[in-house]
Amino acid sequence: MDNVFYTLHDFFLHTESVTYLLVIPALLGITLFWRILAGKDEE
Amino acid sequence: MSKNVATTDKSWITPFNIISGIIVVIGVYLTYLRFSGGLGAVTNLSDYNPWGIWIGFDLLTGVALAAGGFVTSAAVYIFGMKRYHSAVRPAILTGFLGYALVVLALHYDVGRPWRLPYPLIIQQGTTSVLFEVAVCVALYLTVLFVEFSSAPLEWLGLKRARNIVVKLTMVLTILGVILSTMHQSSLGSLFLIAPSKLHPLWYSPFLPVYFFVTSIIAGLSMVILESTLSYRYFKHKMDDVHLKEKNDITLGFGKAASFVLAGYFIIKIFGLSSSNNWHYLKTEYGTWYLVEHLGFVALPSLLYALGVRLKSFGLIKWTSVLAVLGIILNRFNVCLVAFNWHLSPSDRYFPNWMEIGISIFIVTIGLIVFKFIVTRMPILYEHPEYKDAH
Repeated sequence: MDNVFYTLHDFFLHTESVTYLLVIPALLGITLFWRILAGKDEE
Repeated sequence: MSKNVATTDKSWITPFNIISGIIVVIGVYLTYLRFSGGLGAVTNLSDYNPWGIWIGFDLLTGVALAAGGFVTSAAVYIFGMKRYHSAVRPAILTGFLGYALVVLALHYDVGRPWRLPYPLIIQQGTTSVLFEVAVCVALYLTVLFVEFSSAPLEWLGLKRARNIVVKLTMVLTILGVILSTMHQSSLGSLFLIAPSKLHPLWYSPFLPVYFFVTSIIAGLSMVILESTLSYRYFKHKMDDVHLKEKNDITLGFGKAASFVLAGYFIIKIFGLSSSNNWHYLKTEYGTWYLVEHLGFVALPSLLYALGVRLKSFGLIKWTSVLAVLGIILNRFNVCLVAFNWHLSPSDRYFPNWMEIGISIFIVTIGLIVFKFIVTRMPILYEHPEYKDAH
């Protein structure tokens, strides 16, 4: 990501946006991972 | 308890005793060189690199790997997971020895070790993170000593003192969790003052969080590894309860380690994202960063999960080795590899063989003391007079 940021606001707008987008698959992924991991207990 | 728990008169000449004896003799000589000739006589430390492997390995890694004590006692006494009770004493012993050796190693690393108590009694320096680390380590070492003391008190037959210590278990566990949370994270905070010296891939405002989370991974993995090694070398000391709970501990701790590793991997990606450091991944340091995080974080997480799902105890045990190596690699990367990364190769630090020798000497002392305690005190079995006392 070789974007040029002219203000701190630009920088945070970019990084926070990317991070918030990553949070969605991360939350879904970690939930699914836990269900796979703990599946043996439920069986 | 196994039938042959009583100490037997065996020959002193064993491979362990011979190798550890040689290491101790060399270590004593290196100790003489260190304290007669100063740091310069045995180390490659310099003004550029004041922290070498005695900090990167003995202290940062030692403290992380000793986290099994607070992780296990919190799981058993605070979260009520009584099925892991047999793991508590070995974990507390490992933690106590780990912290004791950290303090011993500090005597080698600090230029004037007789001033180690200064932060406590002479000059507090309360604005320093290092002050908090010093106080927490001193207090936690005391907590671990009291927690561990129930075993030698049972061994010595001091019932009243032992009962007082056992009554303090919950208070000590809570203190242990608080102190560990504080200083495990503060060891990461130490690097927050050096944003220009630490490579951006490893520098992050979340360093304290990373250090704390990795200490939990280290603690969980060390309990699995230590339980495996104890079973291999001290199986004759284990009673039926320990033998029965061993597999539960491996599975339960493997599952927890897998989940925490996955969480750690995710927050590391968030760290990359919030600092916008993606472009560094294309560099040589980026490759090394990927080796650390894919090979020693993501891979062990998946292998632990696979081991738990397939109930493959062998896989979980080998994965614990990989995870422990990952923690060592992480601390080395933060403290040594990624630190002062902008310096020319001639100014970079590589440890003197004598520094490595003293680190091996200190680890060997830990193994000797561990073996001495485990073969004599009720660590891997319950003392006959206190069975069902908890």
